[in-house]
Amino acid sequence: MKRVYVNEAWCLGCHLCEYYCAYANSGLTDMVKALKDKVIRPRLTIEQEGTISFAVSCRHCTEPLCMKSCIAGAISCKDGLIVIDQSKCVNCYSCIMACPYGALMPSEEQVMQKCELCATNSHGQPVCVQGCPNKAIVYEER
Amino acid sequence: MAINYLYPDFEVQRNESRCITCRVCERQCANLVHHYDAETGRMTSDESLCVNCHRCVSLCPTRALKIVKTDHVFKENANWRGEVIQDIYRQAETGGVLLASMGTPKPYPVYWDKMLINASQVTNPSIDPLREPMETTTFLGKKSTTIRRDEQGKLITDTTPQLKLAIPIMFSAMSYGSISYNAHKSLALAAEQLGTFYNTGEGGLHEDFYRHGKNTIVQVASGRFGVHPGYLNAGAAIEIKMGQGAKPGIGGHLPGSKIGQDISKTRMIPLHSDAISPAPHHDIYSIEDLRQLVYALKEATNYTKPVIVKVAAVHNISAIASGIARSGADIIAIDGFRGGTGAAPARIRDNVGIPIELALASVDERLRAEGIRNQVSLVVGGSIRSSADVIKAIALGADAIYIATSALIALGCHLCRTCHSGKCNWGIATQNPELVKRLNPEIGSEHLVNLLTAWNHEIKEMMGGMGINSIEALKGNRLMLRGIGLCDAELRILGISHAGA
Amino acid sequence: MHYLIIGNSIAAAAVIEGIRSQDPEGAITVVGEERQACYARPLISYLLQGKTDEEKMRYRDQAFFDKHKVTVLCETRASHLDAGTKTVALDDGTTLTYDKLVLATGSSPFIPPMEGLGQVKHRFTFLTLDDALALQQVVKGDSRVLILGAGLIGLKCAEGLFGQVRSITVVDLAPRILASILDEKGSAQVQEHLQQKGLTFHLSDRVKEFTANEALLESGTIVGFDMLVVAVGVKPNTSLAKEAGLAVNRGIVVDTSMRTSGKDIWAAGDCAEAEELVSGQHKVLPLLCNAYLQGETAGKDMAGLTEPFNQAIAMNAISFFGLHVITAGLYEGEEKLFAEEGSYKRLFVRDNHLIGYILIGKAVERAGIYTALIRNQTALDTIDFDLISRQPALMAFAKSVRQQQLGGSV
Ligand SMILES: Cc1cc2nc3c(=O)[nH]c(=O)nc-3n(C[C@H](O)[C@H](O)[C@H](O)COP(=O)(O)OP(=O)(O)OC[C@H]3O[C@@H](n4cnc5c(N)ncnc54)[C@H](O)[C@@H]3O)c2cc1C
Ligand code: SF4
Ligand code: SF4
Repeated sequence: MKRVYVNEAWCLGCHLCEYYCAYANSGLTDMVKALKDKVIRPRLTIEQEGTISFAVSCRHCTEPLCMKSCIAGAISCKDGLIVIDQSKCVNCYSCIMACPYGALMPSEEQVMQKCELCATNSHGQPVCVQGCPNKAIVYEER
Repeated sequence: MAINYLYPDFEVQRNESRCITCRVCERQCANLVHHYDAETGRMTSDESLCVNCHRCVSLCPTRALKIVKTDHVFKENANWRGEVIQDIYRQAETGGVLLASMGTPKPYPVYWDKMLINASQVTNPSIDPLREPMETTTFLGKKSTTIRRDEQGKLITDTTPQLKLAIPIMFSAMSYGSISYNAHKSLALAAEQLGTFYNTGEGGLHEDFYRHGKNTIVQVASGRFGVHPGYLNAGAAIEIKMGQGAKPGIGGHLPGSKIGQDISKTRMIPLHSDAISPAPHHDIYSIEDLRQLVYALKEATNYTKPVIVKVAAVHNISAIASGIARSGADIIAIDGFRGGTGAAPARIRDNVGIPIELALASVDERLRAEGIRNQVSLVVGGSIRSSADVIKAIALGADAIYIATSALIALGCHLCRTCHSGKCNWGIATQNPELVKRLNPEIGSEHLVNLLTAWNHEIKEMMGGMGINSIEALKGNRLMLRGIGLCDAELRILGISHAGA
Repeated sequence: MHYLIIGNSIAAAAVIEGIRSQDPEGAITVVGEERQACYARPLISYLLQGKTDEEKMRYRDQAFFDKHKVTVLCETRASHLDAGTKTVALDDGTTLTYDKLVLATGSSPFIPPMEGLGQVKHRFTFLTLDDALALQQVVKGDSRVLILGAGLIGLKCAEGLFGQVRSITVVDLAPRILASILDEKGSAQVQEHLQQKGLTFHLSDRVKEFTANEALLESGTIVGFDMLVVAVGVKPNTSLAKEAGLAVNRGIVVDTSMRTSGKDIWAAGDCAEAEELVSGQHKVLPLLCNAYLQGETAGKDMAGLTEPFNQAIAMNAISFFGLHVITAGLYEGEEKLFAEEGSYKRLFVRDNHLIGYILIGKAVERAGIYTALIRNQTALDTIDFDLISRQPALMAFAKSVRQQQLGGSV
């Protein structure tokens, strides 16, 4: 399955991916409208320490601990893609407790969100990858 | 604090209605122009620090930024122009030589833009490069003057070593030190893919790049940095650098601050020591001396590699080239005065040397006249900006051309001309690892390959238009050029007729 | 091949998925005592709260059972297991034979004998969807609710009812709330939070005697109430196993493949007792994720793929009115404490390994990175523990590990 992979050596810590993510999942078609004067809640996070930085997002594990831990059965696997049914989520954080990558976080509505590779929004392809200026994240089969 | 007479050249214009305060501009500007003001929740900028490199503009996801020329003016004066006044302020303040980077921005005539290319009509019909083969492969090196056959009547092909170029374009010398590791890697990868050559410049060859040796030209300059037998044998050809178009007659100086671990090892000089290239080669005072070095290098490489001698285009260039052709060199590279540089004294860059178009035309002419044109190939550089420039150069007599600035632009350079600051925001002319990282060679090499592939298509198209199906047939074919808006002296030197004639 | 599963809940669903990952054909039957098939049990308090409904609560829907070709018997109780003849008697009088059997029977509420309990009219436990629905039936705006037990279930019930009743009083024998998963400071913090919301606690106390609408506590306090919820604990449903002569302690004893001591019998979930990673002791770990992972392991093993599951640890993610608490492992050994406004974190380290943590409030972010350190028994000297203890982050791992995590196959 195609996934988002990180090439740490090329990450600039510019955080653009976070903004593209927030935009991609805003449901709006204009970035300014989507993000201006908002605190963004991207589904991927840049970890940064000194000169090292890299993006962390859901790995779409073949053994998804979040899914197996979800007390609401809100997380499921669709052809390898791990998705959350936000209408089922009760915001218990069991998935946060389970995910070894720290890849889930509450949305503005408090229910969980995570990277779904832009397969569940209108973009179809990871917008973070398209927005990365340096191929520090790529979307490919490995 | 003393009065600062220097008003910023640019203004950073932020469209507040579009700015989403993502702060990418702040994070990406090595000149620290942008700041986030937590109190107002707005971005601010200090334009006095801006060099107009467009890094922020390019990365701003909402296109909220642009850099504009300030409309702040001095009182109009055709002689005492603002830039002239400001330079005086600068020198009055610092007492120093003005430093500059990249080719001269002064409005000297660009002869490429004053020459027009021919096309066939009716007779000698044009050729469609999509349907018919079109040859752009070029061989550089000495060519024999006679055709010799053996007893069976077969051609004897014992020519001296040649460089085979799939396209008549090479990347010219830029040292590791003046440009970054990733820039070098991009050039090496692209040269390999394109079937052409890149040039180490005078900074030696990083050990990681020995594997690209068959697409590398190694340079020997007055500082002899990083030169050893392994280095000489690593490349496909050796270039002796006598001069550089942007700063003829002077040496170079890479400050110790740029001589980090890797560069010190590659250049074979102590860590953080200044790397000084003397103005002359201290062992070359005559063509005979040059000949000694040419042959020393041939000896060191067992006569397996062509030797290039690179000189700056200066007033007596044709006589100089004639001397070089007789020194045993296989290729002469001439660098025009608009050529780029990582750092040069501004006055020299802007006032010394001559345009490459005129130098090329007179050198080709002179070598032909002396009957020694076959002994050397001619490679020219110094601001070749497009495939049309390439065609014109070849028609004027060049065998191949060198590009540097165009290559850097393909890598992202925005010609802000502050290479000498070491803070290149595009990761090209810098050794700061944080900035170097910004140039991913995978992307860089792809862009270079794209650029030259596109140029090659255009070259074939224009050749086809002229009814020429091999680059050989274009070489020195000045009938394919006409001048426009040129005076008689210029036309005479260029060896072309005026348009309409 | 006939696989028989007793109990139709989380572990059962996982067993089915485990079996079907290996064996697409073998017949599967699930027998469940409850009216509803396979719902997300922990959501019953959210149902009271109105945060979910019966439809959304389904852990696996009918399509799931259809797709996997599973015969489901609801409202059917397995009354007897004969391991010798490989038969299970059902309360409807029929008998099922099996080739392979899983006990996924979960647990039942424990109700200690209390004087006068019989006189209480509205008396509930809080373990099933029917419990929740029954509670909903009698809840009125002016009800006074008394909950026995300040553990997870009791307090979740309290949260579920909050806002819909006049008052909620919680009584527990222990001196502090959530005593089994929190330390003193943590308990105090959560209690404070709940009290601010309006809950009343009587701790280190117990009911001495009930009358119809009053409880007399040992301390002498009298608590008036209209509804009583008993949530003092649960006990694993082990009677079938016991009858069949399987090894049973508190729960049904299983190995890392979830095999019981009986031939062709597995057990998984809240009824089972397996080895806990950190302590090395056999424990009942009544957690949904544990039920799932055990069930999956059992299912795969039954169908021929042995993939031992030996990473079970105690852990809990729980929230009350937006205050999140995540805990895991054991609270022993050396500790590191980080407490600031709105965030409380304690990490427990033993022999170069993280063995437990308590996180409250903001500190819960990315908690799974800590959980993984416990589960994978990561040697702390191979990571930047200082960094990771301040903030869970992949940054703390060696570059090569990170390359595998973010650039390798998963
Ligand atoms: C209110 C509440 C909140 C919870 N919150 C959390 C939480 O936040 N996080 C967490 O990890 N866990 C939580 N849990 C625990 C979690 O629900 C259990 O760990 C999980 O349901 C266990 O699954 P199981 O399949 O092992 O057993 P159960 O879900 O208990 O299912 C067992 C099933 O077997 C049936 N059964 C028993 N005996 C027989 C028989 N003889 N014949 C037929 N059927 C039988 C029962 O009726 C029941 O339907 C909570 C539980 C409750 C009650
Ligand atoms: S927070 Fe939502 S998605 Fe995560 S485990 Fe709880 S219910 Fe499932
Ligand atoms: S120096 Fe470059 S990056 Fe910085 S503000 Fe100017 S144009 Fe933008």
